[in-house]
Amino acid sequence: MKRNEVLAKINEIAKDVFDNDEIELTEQTTAADVEEWDSLSHLSLIADIEREFGIRFTLSEISGSKNVGEFVNALIKHLDSK
Amino acid sequence: MYTFKELRQKSKHSVEGIKSCLAILSNVSTQFLAVAIRGYGILENIPISVYDADYNQIEMQLLDPCSEVYSFSPSSILLWLATDKLYEEFLDLPLEARSDFASSVMSKITMYWDLISQHGRINILQMNFTEIDDKVLGNYSCKVSSSFAYQIRKLNFMLAEAMEACNNVYPIDLLSVQIQVGAERFYDAPLYYNAKMTVSTDALPYVAKAVIDVQKALVGRIKKCVVLDLDNTLWGGVVGDDGMDNIEIGELGRGHVFTDFQRWLKQLKECGIILCVCSKNNEEIAKEPFEKHDEMILRLSDIALFVANWEDKVSNIRLIQKTLNIGMDSMVFIDDNPFERNLVRQMIPEIEVPELPEDPALYLGYLQKQNYFETASFTGTGLDRTKLYQAELERTKLMTSFESINCYLESLEMIGEARPFEESKYSRIAQLTQRSNQFNLRTVRYTDADIQSIASDPNYVTLYYTLRDKFGDHGLVGVIIMKKQNDDALFIDTWLMSCRVLKRGMEEYIVNCFMREARKRGYKHVYGEYIQTLKNAMVKDIYKNMGFNEISENNYVMAVDKYEEKKIFIKEIN
Repeated sequence: MKRNEVLAKINEIAKDVFDNDEIELTEQTTAADVEEWDSLSHLSLIADIEREFGIRFTLSEISGSKNVGEFVNALIKHLDSK
Repeated sequence: MYTFKELRQKSKHSVEGIKSCLAILSNVSTQFLAVAIRGYGILENIPISVYDADYNQIEMQLLDPCSEVYSFSPSSILLWLATDKLYEEFLDLPLEARSDFASSVMSKITMYWDLISQHGRINILQMNFTEIDDKVLGNYSCKVSSSFAYQIRKLNFMLAEAMEACNNVYPIDLLSVQIQVGAERFYDAPLYYNAKMTVSTDALPYVAKAVIDVQKALVGRIKKCVVLDLDNTLWGGVVGDDGMDNIEIGELGRGHVFTDFQRWLKQLKECGIILCVCSKNNEEIAKEPFEKHDEMILRLSDIALFVANWEDKVSNIRLIQKTLNIGMDSMVFIDDNPFERNLVRQMIPEIEVPELPEDPALYLGYLQKQNYFETASFTGTGLDRTKLYQAELERTKLMTSFESINCYLESLEMIGEARPFEESKYSRIAQLTQRSNQFNLRTVRYTDADIQSIASDPNYVTLYYTLRDKFGDHGLVGVIIMKKQNDDALFIDTWLMSCRVLKRGMEEYIVNCFMREARKRGYKHVYGEYIQTLKNAMVKDIYKNMGFNEISENNYVMAVDKYEEKKIFIKEIN
């Protein structure tokens, strides 16, 4: 799966989790940029992405990713090693 | 089962009519659990307001009379000491104190109960303990009292004993959820270390179900009655066709499956659930195994209402419901036949109709997983209401109604086909003549060779019938053999039909087709005869009901040009 496809899918999930259709995540977006993005919705986002892609993030990926781009990196790494 | 995502989406909806308030107190984070319970409650039409306190606040919340939890005025408090956290506390103890771990946790819990009970009438929902096997002494841990495996099991047992003595404490069997879901799927280590939540989002819906099931029981939404089909549900085979001695029940072969199913049902009855029978059968034949079969577990005395006739099951279930005078929503209908299940589900939406697996070996596990029989009380004695209801039936005689059965039949989109015998069907047709006992007018038995010669003899008119509907194919379900008597008359030598397709217009369809066939060939009269056997009482009056004229006892005739086609809901292919 290509990088932009992964990002598009994440955007789709984020719209649902944050309950906001206006949301447009880019690789540079951080949690601070999105009002609805708190620690709990972060976990929902993780759970939905894991289910959608059939992968499991590591603990450091969940808590250590600085922006959406790093998240995409981690996701692609998991998809490649499946 | 719902997914966590569905529950989360639903939990955001605002709902009216909230009657119960649930506060959650735990030693781990419970935000997701709160979301799951809220969502599940809305989906199951029992909306609950949920307050989850921050983790590790149990003592403070319960000791302070003005705490957030008490201010929330909960009708129930869910107490959850998660095993994962207890395990850490256990390991922080010096070795010599570990053998007392279960007792010390238990005294903490009873202190919580006391505090809550002092505050007022609040139901306590108490989670029991999931297991962790830390493999520190391998299997040997099981007998070492200072091991965690030993202590957590002891704790579960002590909890059960303590709860038994407390009327306002209701268990939530988290351990059984862990077993059902599997320990590996139940626990999510990254989620725990990241957010102090120990249950995975995969498993949370099952936990929410357990909590909501108990809430339902607390507000009186419980099941009181199980309505049972007989053939291929309570035993293997068809008693009307196979005979009592040939049904499958008992320790041998497939019978074992049905025996164990009956054992479970018997236990339900002992716990106060009413058992009823609703079967398309001749009553005497249907009752015989209950009276005379050595290996039946259920006996007539276990069945509150025994309804066996040839009416549709919807009318019969309504009769049972009226007689018992209980809500439809407190009844469960168990039947192996998808047609009957769909009919009942469509006509009586309130009744619970489990979608039984096809393999009878899986019935029991499937039904147990549904957890239909949650309760909020158990007295242990005087629960047997069966006799009461048996007497009630004697007093009440209710008319059954058909009302919109036709609408249902129409919605089935049935398609029928009638064709003269053909080679590929000879053995199936022969088999039906040998095995059909109930819907069989003259019960003439034929071999494959007989059928073959009949099919090629110009003195016979033959038809076999198939039926399918939107739920599936019933295959070859009807057989007609008519013999030429003279140039003007045909005699119905054989008319049989599978009982599975009774009461949906198949009988009428069969007559329409053979009368049409007679007309096409220029016959003026069709004669029919009913020969009584021990098992075919159900078709005694079928010719009369179809408009034939009686010429002598059990002998009938229909004039071809007088016959008016009957209205049916089966679409014909040919």
